[in-house]
Amino acid sequence: MTFQKKHFFTAAAILFGAVAPLIINPYELSLLGRFLALSILAMGIMLTWGEAGILSLGQGVFFGLGGYALAMHLKLEGLNLANGDMPDFMVWSGVSALPGFWYPFANPYFSLACVVIVPGAFAAAFSWLVFRRRVGGVYFALITQALALAFSTLLISQQAYTGGFNGLTDYSTMFGIDITTEGAARYIYWITFLFVVAVYFFLRWLLSSRYGVMLRATRDGENRVRFLGHDPVPYKVVAFGIAGTLAGIGGALFTLHAGVVSPALVGVVPSIEMVVWVAVGGRNILWGAIAGTLLVNFAKDQISSAFPSLWLYGLGALFILAVSFLPAGIAGLFAPGTAQERVMRRFLQRRKLSTAE
Amino acid sequence: MNAIPAPILMMENVTVDFDGFKALTDVSLNLTPGTLRILIGPNGAGKSTLCDTIIGRVRPTSGKIIFKDQVITNLPEQEIVRRGICRKFQTPGVLPTLTVFENLLVAGRKNRAWWRSFTTKTPAAETARAEEILAKIGLEDRRGVIAADLAHGEKQWLEIGMVVATDADLLLLDEPTAGMGPTDTQRTAQLILSLLGRHAVLVIDHDMSFVEALNGYVTVLHQGQILAEGTVAEIRADAQVTAVYLGRAEDAEPAHA
Repeated sequence: MTFQKKHFFTAAAILFGAVAPLIINPYELSLLGRFLALSILAMGIMLTWGEAGILSLGQGVFFGLGGYALAMHLKLEGLNLANGDMPDFMVWSGVSALPGFWYPFANPYFSLACVVIVPGAFAAAFSWLVFRRRVGGVYFALITQALALAFSTLLISQQAYTGGFNGLTDYSTMFGIDITTEGAARYIYWITFLFVVAVYFFLRWLLSSRYGVMLRATRDGENRVRFLGHDPVPYKVVAFGIAGTLAGIGGALFTLHAGVVSPALVGVVPSIEMVVWVAVGGRNILWGAIAGTLLVNFAKDQISSAFPSLWLYGLGALFILAVSFLPAGIAGLFAPGTAQERVMRRFLQRRKLSTAE
Repeated sequence: MNAIPAPILMMENVTVDFDGFKALTDVSLNLTPGTLRILIGPNGAGKSTLCDTIIGRVRPTSGKIIFKDQVITNLPEQEIVRRGICRKFQTPGVLPTLTVFENLLVAGRKNRAWWRSFTTKTPAAETARAEEILAKIGLEDRRGVIAADLAHGEKQWLEIGMVVATDADLLLLDEPTAGMGPTDTQRTAQLILSLLGRHAVLVIDHDMSFVEALNGYVTVLHQGQILAEGTVAEIRADAQVTAVYLGRAEDAEPAHA
């Protein structure tokens, strides 16, 4: 793809994204909004997995932390806490008073700060503890998977504090504004879209900075980097922390769109699904992460409504296909320099030759 | 003035014990600033272990290593590099998905603090130095190529270039000519000789034609101990060395490589 062509596609995608609420129907818009929220998380996976070589099978945890941080506020909004009001599920669980750690979430700004800070800080601290001990690769992936399992189990078991299996749902206002109307849905979509664009350009800058080069260097040869006098740990921790933050933001926005956050969205299977989106789209190309997320999720929406039991098999097959035939993902077919693009070009050339004969 | 300059690196009675197997026994070695030292010895003699010990990848069981008058025996690896020792590994350790020039820039970063990396600007001095090294290793026309796409010899030169880019005072080059043909081997020898003065260089190699082309002071390691030291001609004439190394290396060496 030439320079100008690339800019043209970026501009066209942004334009379409911006005017989408005016041209597609509300149902499609709600899907697109959700999937764009997920693509913010996917760009974080592109950063850690693609560029830093750190495979995390536990991004659902950070997604959940962001989602729950916001949902806790949404459950409290409109309640009179001084009066002893409590979220509905607590009443049903027979809790006598609102637990202390819920109180600060009554403040929307505290809640929004938590959406960004908690997942990022937790991801950074957790990864620092692991990377410092020079644990990586498959072992790191397994630890994160265990984390996802533990997190979803904890959420389910603490019904009285977390809403248990059903999660947190049934909320209607934020900042006193009704968020269930069609008009509000449009604004939530635009906010999400704005985040996608901002994150996209931020990560593009980050990956072109010296930090991006150091990150790829660490992925390529952690020991070589260490024996050039660099400490590889902070580069990896920063990448994982940013990915955690993005997962948290994605989780909060998704919660706004979907009106629910529950353990079913944050456990082991959803965490693996998140990796599949990026594998399909292309883990070394930023727009690939977005494209993969949208593609896989729209496919999931279609397939799982037609044949509900088939989706998981489809997902597995998709992952195997992507890994064995498209290691650089769909985006890799268009990016110069990847093995796939070379194969594609050779294939096109051969076809041209054979038709010429 | 015949005063011998103070050694840049002193290994004092270094022993490395891997669970009962002594990879190095009581090795003492002094290296002079800006000069060349060649380390030879049969497979399993402990040459790579000696390098590993200097750069902190392996910790000595006893003895100490002094670099520029400071004990570095138990410093973290990246700290030892920052003090001025850098090593080229046996298998080329270039960063495969980075371009040749990016490889040199990563190696040549002056300020290695991670929080200083959030910028797209490279200091002009670092770019200029990388250009200089690029010319020195003869890869000017390969600057934008992904390191994975380089020929084997070019990878070796690039890694030598990276080690040089760190501006270390002591360079450890582990088998810089491994897998090279005679022409490339001679070119590598010229490259290494051009580094002397600014850097002290310790070269490990098997290839006698390469050792002769370098023509420096030689230390022979055998079963973890220093067997002999001297000029190439002296080592060639040493009957003991001929017996264990040049002559029947395979017979003399039990298989613990």
